[in-house]
Amino acid sequence: MIELKRLSKVFDADSKNITAVNDVSLTIEKGDVYGIIGLSGAGKSTLVRCINYLETPTGGSVVFNGVDLGTLSHKELLKQRQKMSMIFQNFNLLSQRTALKNVCYPLEIIGTPKKEAEEKAKKLLETVGLSDRMNSYPAQLSGGQKQRVAIARALATDPQVLLCDEATSALDPNTTRSILSLLKKINTEMGVTIIVITHEMKVVEQICNKVAVIENGEIVEKGYVKDIFMSPVSDIAKELILPKNEGIKRVLSERVIRIAFDGRSSVEPLIANLILECHAVVNILGADTKDIEGTAYGQMLLQLPDDEAAVNRIKAYLDKKEVKYEEV
Amino acid sequence: MIEFFDNLLGTGMTEMYVNAIFTTVKITLLSTFLAYVIGFPLGIILYGTASGSIFPNKSVNAAAGVIVNILRSIPFVILLVMTQPLASVIVGTKIGDNAFIFYLVVAAAPFVARMIESSLKEVDAGVIEAAQSMGSNNFQIITKVVIPEAKPSLIIGSAIAVTTILGYTPMTYLIAGGGLGEMAVRYGLYKFDSKTMYISSVLLIILVQILQETLNHIAKSSDKRIRNQQNTHQKKEKKS
Repeated sequence: MIELKRLSKVFDADSKNITAVNDVSLTIEKGDVYGIIGLSGAGKSTLVRCINYLETPTGGSVVFNGVDLGTLSHKELLKQRQKMSMIFQNFNLLSQRTALKNVCYPLEIIGTPKKEAEEKAKKLLETVGLSDRMNSYPAQLSGGQKQRVAIARALATDPQVLLCDEATSALDPNTTRSILSLLKKINTEMGVTIIVITHEMKVVEQICNKVAVIENGEIVEKGYVKDIFMSPVSDIAKELILPKNEGIKRVLSERVIRIAFDGRSSVEPLIANLILECHAVVNILGADTKDIEGTAYGQMLLQLPDDEAAVNRIKAYLDKKEVKYEEV
Repeated sequence: MIEFFDNLLGTGMTEMYVNAIFTTVKITLLSTFLAYVIGFPLGIILYGTASGSIFPNKSVNAAAGVIVNILRSIPFVILLVMTQPLASVIVGTKIGDNAFIFYLVVAAAPFVARMIESSLKEVDAGVIEAAQSMGSNNFQIITKVVIPEAKPSLIIGSAIAVTTILGYTPMTYLIAGGGLGEMAVRYGLYKFDSKTMYISSVLLIILVQILQETLNHIAKSSDKRIRNQQNTHQKKEKKS
């Protein structure tokens, strides 16, 4: 549906070239919830703005439904953008318009009759659960409510794609969860393909089926979320996936492995059996369970003994049990 | 009624004051209106053609900026003398109230343009980006996003513009125009009648206050960002 081919964006700032996006190729299929994750400054916001040509790429191309956006006239590009909505970290609602009028805006600019536009806006506000706040101004709404209005506004033109630029980064964890489940609902019920830009792994885990990890403007790893979760390759992916635990950094220099397992193996008391069978003591540094597309995935950070023989016994045991592990 | 004021102010003076007030209000409002007719589009051009704005254009922006800066840096009295030939072509006369309106518009339009520009610049770039992402064209962004979003600031700017223009009206005494300011100068400076000068000045002050307060009130009540939130809360509390 969307194909990014060797996309690059170089900013020319004070005769110094800054490469924000470097040779990025990605294919986003219809129905995907595609996560693009990276730390701040990695180039993810620039990348998403290249997808709808808010930023004109300096190299490569964006092909949307078989159309190369770079070949279009400005007028045709504006038409394409109506099929590719966007929501933002700061919501970017029109402060002088009510929620209802905000949702009407994209319909106004394509010339939908006022009555028809308002009918549709009302329906959309119902979809996002805000039918009681239609006549409120953005200043009267909470952050989560503002993002719901922004989502309703983004859906007004029946887009095929929804671009989310850090859409939940300004929201608290509970609101984040509810906004994400709304996005997931929009994806499954309305068939809207979603591209999610984020710096938080838990956003990717909750709604994405595929993910690309971006660092210094380049994609360092991409694929299905579950695969990358089970066996991340790049350092940045490992860093994003590791359970956040204050103590971990301190002991990482010692012998530590990360084991990952999916829902099937979590019934067996793995660690208890490992200790009994290998006659070795391990220290659990951190552990958590994540729900990726309905399957439970767990990971654990284990500190291993110094004894080389014991370590080998443990590794052999894990291999026998087909549990994935890696040294970190 | 007129007799009462005439006794207080001097014979025939009441009518003079009333006429002067009308002349001043007419000159001020008409000049402000015409200054906006020219200054508003010019302000939009200054705002829109700036680099990183909606329709960046270096040469247009530089040209508009230079014209505005030149006109703004010439003192009003000199500008008035300099543009007299132009006034006789456009207005048909170099003197009187109508010619004075012309001079005021020439002086005020660039000032208004800068006020408009700075109000429009306050609009959140993110909101404009959102409008662009929805496929709005430049005209729609200006008319449906930038101007409505800047409305409270634009109204406050108009209060500054109208009171500044009012402040220039006494200069009409140079070209045989009328109005409160001219009256204050004529009586104060040439007739050593300080009473009339003070009364005219107080009337000017009252005019400025009325214009300023009215426009500030409109600006506040039209701003949906904070004010209305408090208002609706108060209404709710009253109801319950």
